[in-house]
Amino acid sequence: MGPVSRGGVRVGGAVGHDDYDTAVTDAALIDPDVLERVLSAALVGGGDMAEVFAEDTMTASAMLDDRKVEELSSGRSRGAGIRVVDGDTTGFAHTADLSEAGLLAAARAAAAVAREGDAGVRTVALGPPSRHGPGDRTPPDSVDKGRKLELLARADDAARASGDAITQVQVGCGDSRRRVLIANSEGLFAEDDQIRTRFNVVCVANGDTGMQTGYESIARTEGFEIFERFAVEDIANKAAERALAKLSARPAPSGEVPIVLAGGSGGILFHEACGHGLEADHIVKDASVYTGRVGQLVASPLVTLVDDGTVLGEWGNFAVDDEGCAPSRNVLIENGVLTEYMWDWLRARKEGRKSSGNGRRQSYQHLPMVRMTNTYLLAGTEDPDEIVAQTPSGVYVKKLGGGQVNTATGDFVFGTTEAYLIEGGRITEPLRDANLIGNGPEVLRRIDAVATDFDMTPGTCGKDGQSVPVGCGQATLRITGVTLGGTA
Amino acid sequence: MTEDLLELATSVVAQASPGEGIEVYATRGTDTEVRAYEGEVESLTSADSSGVGIRVLVDGAGGEGSRVGFAWAGSLDPAVVAATLADARDNARFATPDPDVVLARPDGVAATEIDLWDDGVASTPMEKKIALAIELERATRAADPRIRQVSSADYSDSRVEVALATTTGISSSRRRTTAFLSVDAIAGEGAETQTGTGFSVGRGPGELAPDEAMDDAVERATRMLGASKARSAHCTVVFDQRVASTLLAVVASALSGEAVVKGRSFFAGRIGETVAAAGVTLVDDPTDPRAFGAASHDGEGLACRRNVLISDGVLRMFVFDTVSARRAGTVSTGSAVRGGFAGTPSAGCRALLLAPGAKGLDEILASVGDGLYVQSVTGVHSGVNPVSGDFSVGAEGLMVRGGVLAEPVREVTVASTLQRMLQSVVEIGGDVRWLPGVAAGQTLAIADMALSGD
Repeated sequence: MGPVSRGGVRVGGAVGHDDYDTAVTDAALIDPDVLERVLSAALVGGGDMAEVFAEDTMTASAMLDDRKVEELSSGRSRGAGIRVVDGDTTGFAHTADLSEAGLLAAARAAAAVAREGDAGVRTVALGPPSRHGPGDRTPPDSVDKGRKLELLARADDAARASGDAITQVQVGCGDSRRRVLIANSEGLFAEDDQIRTRFNVVCVANGDTGMQTGYESIARTEGFEIFERFAVEDIANKAAERALAKLSARPAPSGEVPIVLAGGSGGILFHEACGHGLEADHIVKDASVYTGRVGQLVASPLVTLVDDGTVLGEWGNFAVDDEGCAPSRNVLIENGVLTEYMWDWLRARKEGRKSSGNGRRQSYQHLPMVRMTNTYLLAGTEDPDEIVAQTPSGVYVKKLGGGQVNTATGDFVFGTTEAYLIEGGRITEPLRDANLIGNGPEVLRRIDAVATDFDMTPGTCGKDGQSVPVGCGQATLRITGVTLGGTA
Repeated sequence: MTEDLLELATSVVAQASPGEGIEVYATRGTDTEVRAYEGEVESLTSADSSGVGIRVLVDGAGGEGSRVGFAWAGSLDPAVVAATLADARDNARFATPDPDVVLARPDGVAATEIDLWDDGVASTPMEKKIALAIELERATRAADPRIRQVSSADYSDSRVEVALATTTGISSSRRRTTAFLSVDAIAGEGAETQTGTGFSVGRGPGELAPDEAMDDAVERATRMLGASKARSAHCTVVFDQRVASTLLAVVASALSGEAVVKGRSFFAGRIGETVAAAGVTLVDDPTDPRAFGAASHDGEGLACRRNVLISDGVLRMFVFDTVSARRAGTVSTGSAVRGGFAGTPSAGCRALLLAPGAKGLDEILASVGDGLYVQSVTGVHSGVNPVSGDFSVGAEGLMVRGGVLAEPVREVTVASTLQRMLQSVVEIGGDVRWLPGVAAGQTLAIADMALSGD
């Protein structure tokens, strides 16, 4: 199933509902007086905390494939999730019905887990709202659809002009405006208006050795104005060149080899090698190799790792997280020493501390959990070309695809989508796609060089069935040995 | 009970202007999810859901074909549905006219009646569902002294109803229930940690086998204790049922007619050719009620049917939805799939099964002699490319020595190309297990794969 909304709404309108706003307005999603009454109702059976998370998200996407504008799609998801926390137990219900009646019904469903019986009326008073608007970002719905389609056509032309071997091009663009409101029984009241824009190109090149693919994208927590800074032709050319380069690629080697990762090649290495393992939900359940290791050396001294939701415009940026907490710049590993985990409200409370602004959820239909934002390795001091020159043999990875980790064992994989052999300190032949496999703590210890050419890459992080936008970043670096899963 | 959904869909279709085609997909569902931890409910989610997806086709001038637009919303509120129709109409203005873009029309194939609904999902009291999750967690912790943590033990179920109507005369509805138990076990010995996941799936809570889920999780976690890297080698790889199901799902994406007509499948242009080892017969049959993906109707409202894709190693056909079929000069195979109300139809498989062999796991291991048994893989989305066929995944499992399982192995990869793997199938298990996803699980042995370790 795709995104599904919840609620008591039935065909025929047996349940009352508000007038549906078909246009986005700046009015609050839910009136503060209603929020206070709903939060009180959610705590009627007891419980330590009640929370309303309301969301109104409009998404639009367009795809050009096989030279045709195939599909313009637009979607609207609007509703609220209500959470009641009673000790270690959480009750959760959600509804697409934002009327007071709909919210009260959801509050009663969420409250069913509270076991104190009739706890009497608890008055909830919200503090002054912390409001964050779209700022000077261009709201997607203010941009003519025709202008978006022009971008698709320009990228298609550019990709096809890159070489006769380019046989297929798919160009997609999408944007979203996500208005959220979070209020809880502790008086927190916050709103955010998140605008995101993405653009991606996939090329297929056909040669004597079969077909190869190339992918490139940009994705920013900004509006349509990003296309004044980023030329879609550049994105298309990169995707096309990647596919073309691989036409002459030989099978990747197998076995343990030194790896040089190019700056901004994905940063997914840190996301998988240690990022997930530093999320407090895994830590408190002793389901991470990093449990109990704060203060210990867990990586090469060259590694200083930061998770930072405050980096304006990056894909994992926001003004408040999905629990209403402001993001922060959290240093997780400093000069190789583990300094901190990432926290959401629930796990922080268990340890008697504050959230680090890492409570996120895919939508109002999901419970929040600990998630990364923009996770990056601070740049080092070396020259990227020198790092390659000082590597007698190995593999140079220019672009990474996705990855996956088992946080309990630390074993993780990440895939290459553009890689070359290094021979005699020089980048030589292109290699076919393969996965690399390693163990987080082991690989982090094997980083022996970090350069200055830092760059970020957007990604979509999946955890427990929920997807959220994240950023990853790193400069060119070398790992002395990782197992490359080729066939040669 | 889906009548009101179909009525809603039909009422929107009735609003079509002359020269306009409309398809309405309306759905409603109820979900429950219980997670147990340390003998208590960690979280309990219970919610209703609904949504609508509308496609509008507008005739282009001069017979150049139709323009299509799509919009969706997470609500069946009449005002929302009306706004969604307006959005879809507006989106249609911008598409490229295409003579192959049409809505499905009834094709005379009768739908197979399949009962996918278990009243037990609705009638089972919440306390009983909670007890299932809590007992699964308790039993898993108690099963073996080396199990030192159960990071999650979940019960979940869902009821989904779908109705689909079009201006071309399609009118169908269907409903299904599913129930699911899963458990993640962590085994430890000294400083070492290994993990295993087990699950059980059924149409309702009564069909679930908690012991099976527990045994699977515990066995997978504990037998990996003491695992180390293996030496790089070329060897025969025996894939466990679950992994084999994942592999078939990847092959399925290359058998999609849409990928083929757009030049994104390594199978393109190879109908009639030998693409797999003799004895490999691959069938997609959603009318088989045992299949998790069983369905009476496809994502465009046509009857699902049995399609033989590969027969004794020879590629026979691809699966098509209506639009990709027209592009290929053929007709739909009743294989439209869609990702809920927020997705548009595309061609895909639902219930793949390899014609089973006679052997079970032990006999396959005995006949393979030496190789690697893989119990789970990682990085399928990052290391398998259904366009080029390149295949490289992280793997863990046990070495096979002298025809039996031997020492555990972790942090290795297995690699080849999908093309070569299909040609190198040496054993297909008779141990068919229907799993969540688009393919059955059966033990599968593939020769000459690259094992990458030290």
